[in-house]
Amino acid sequence: MKTLLSSFLLALLVAFIVALSLSLGAVSLSFEQILSGFDASSEFYFTIHEYRLPRSILAILVGGMMALSGALVQGVIRNPLASPDVLGVSQGAGLAAVILMTIFPSVSIFWLPWAALSGGIIAALFLWFLCGSHSGAIKLAITGVAMAALYSSAVDFLMLTKPLEVNNALLWLTGSLWGRGWNQITMLLPWLVLIPFAFSLAKRLNLIGLGDDVATSLGTSISMTRLWALTIAVGLTASCVSICGPIGFLGLIAPHLARRLVGGRHQVLLPCTMLVGMVILLLADLVARIINPPIELSAGIMTAIIGAPYFLWLLFKVR
Amino acid sequence: MSLSTHNVSVGYHGQAIVKNVSLTLPEGKIIALLGPNGCGKSTLLKAMARILTPMGGEIHWQGNNLHSTPSQYLATQLALLPQTQPIPEGIKVKDLVAYGRSPYTGFWGRLTKEDHKIIQQAMEQAGVTELSEQFVSELSGGQRQRVWLAMTLAQDTPYLLLDEPTTYMDLNHQVELMNLFKTLNEAGKTIITVLHDINQAARYCNHLVVMKAGEIITQGEPESVLTKELLESVFSVTAQIHTDPVAHTPMCIVE
Repeated sequence: MKTLLSSFLLALLVAFIVALSLSLGAVSLSFEQILSGFDASSEFYFTIHEYRLPRSILAILVGGMMALSGALVQGVIRNPLASPDVLGVSQGAGLAAVILMTIFPSVSIFWLPWAALSGGIIAALFLWFLCGSHSGAIKLAITGVAMAALYSSAVDFLMLTKPLEVNNALLWLTGSLWGRGWNQITMLLPWLVLIPFAFSLAKRLNLIGLGDDVATSLGTSISMTRLWALTIAVGLTASCVSICGPIGFLGLIAPHLARRLVGGRHQVLLPCTMLVGMVILLLADLVARIINPPIELSAGIMTAIIGAPYFLWLLFKVR
Repeated sequence: MSLSTHNVSVGYHGQAIVKNVSLTLPEGKIIALLGPNGCGKSTLLKAMARILTPMGGEIHWQGNNLHSTPSQYLATQLALLPQTQPIPEGIKVKDLVAYGRSPYTGFWGRLTKEDHKIIQQAMEQAGVTELSEQFVSELSGGQRQRVWLAMTLAQDTPYLLLDEPTTYMDLNHQVELMNLFKTLNEAGKTIITVLHDINQAARYCNHLVVMKAGEIITQGEPESVLTKELLESVFSVTAQIHTDPVAHTPMCIVE
């Protein structure tokens, strides 16, 4: 009952922040003005329908998917410090996308998510190669953070050394929702198919949390579950990163907050994590947008401001 | 005849700890695996629970190779309580015990009335009913051990495999656990448990398997297994064997 209430309140919060995001910005709009913005003849049509609405929808999609990806990773490797951004998977995906755009600028944008996906997988495999399968929580997290920093600086390097016209395209990969619209939403839609697959792992993720021995004795295949969950997580992350770059700490914090709210049963945790992720990214984007209009910060900076101290706190807590 | 090992060698990282063991575990008994540290008793138990795959030989369940029998089916036949367990975050006791039903539930893990009844019963048997609303992470070591036991009981299997289940438990809970084994055994369950305490094993179990350095030294009823010579050769202690004045089972007193 409590979990149902929490989920309902979270959904309500998402709706509320969407309403705020539609209303606030360089120009603040009233409720009637927002409604009129859906009509193509209105003077607010561009602001609402072409700018704020797609941006909010994108925040919902990306926030939900990145958070879900974090919950999958944390569940399957039983490490509270893990998430695709902490493990460098997001940044690896971002780097691969940047390499594609700078070295092969003529390649269709259609390949961007696939480049990101391969980058994410390579980053995950590389981390696994560095740490091995039985390394401790902290070693994995610290190695991941170091790799993430390395990939990010490689992205910066490419952005600084390559010509200006490419730079424009690269503004994408700074962890921001700025300048994204319906096109990006359409690119992201096919990847939503991963969500039901992620949910179908819920029961097995619960059992993985009981340790490999018990999970095996309860009839769960550890290696298959792990492979599926990580593949789906990398897919979700890579598709998001190819749209708005690595948004740091989102995949780390959202599952933790959700676990506090509704507990650790993945049947409830996974959907709630998505809602929490939506709230965080919507809020981060809103604040980044209205803090000093018309100049915008990137949402990634906002999530990092909350996320980095939280990560440190976790690091001290986990031993 | 249900569970038997045939020339089984098993260990870690290519190193055999259990060497060439052939053993038939008598059905319907309370069986204790005994032996000094590192003798391979836990390793053998893990192989029987299919956590470890034998490097040589085969383990049979109902005459078929255990390690090629469908996992979901075996989950309804053999339950394992490992020696140590991770502490899952944000999970209540009743949720954890309910996870024991997962071999029977559908892919979303929805519980039926029957499932709830079995969960309730398992919690009562393990004495954790009053903890049901608490988070597993808030419990003491001994309480946690009993909660995990309840989860294993909820799995409702004819065979129970336990790895030193009395560790972390205080005396009264140890006694309760051993008495619970008796009750479960009378209800038809076969219990295979690794134990440290020889006297506990002799008192509550009716079949002892003694191991040393990866091999089976002897097995049988406590009366025939527990001898001065055995304690000397396996545990390197000089001891006297007396009859327990209460249970009339053999007990050893180290000199």
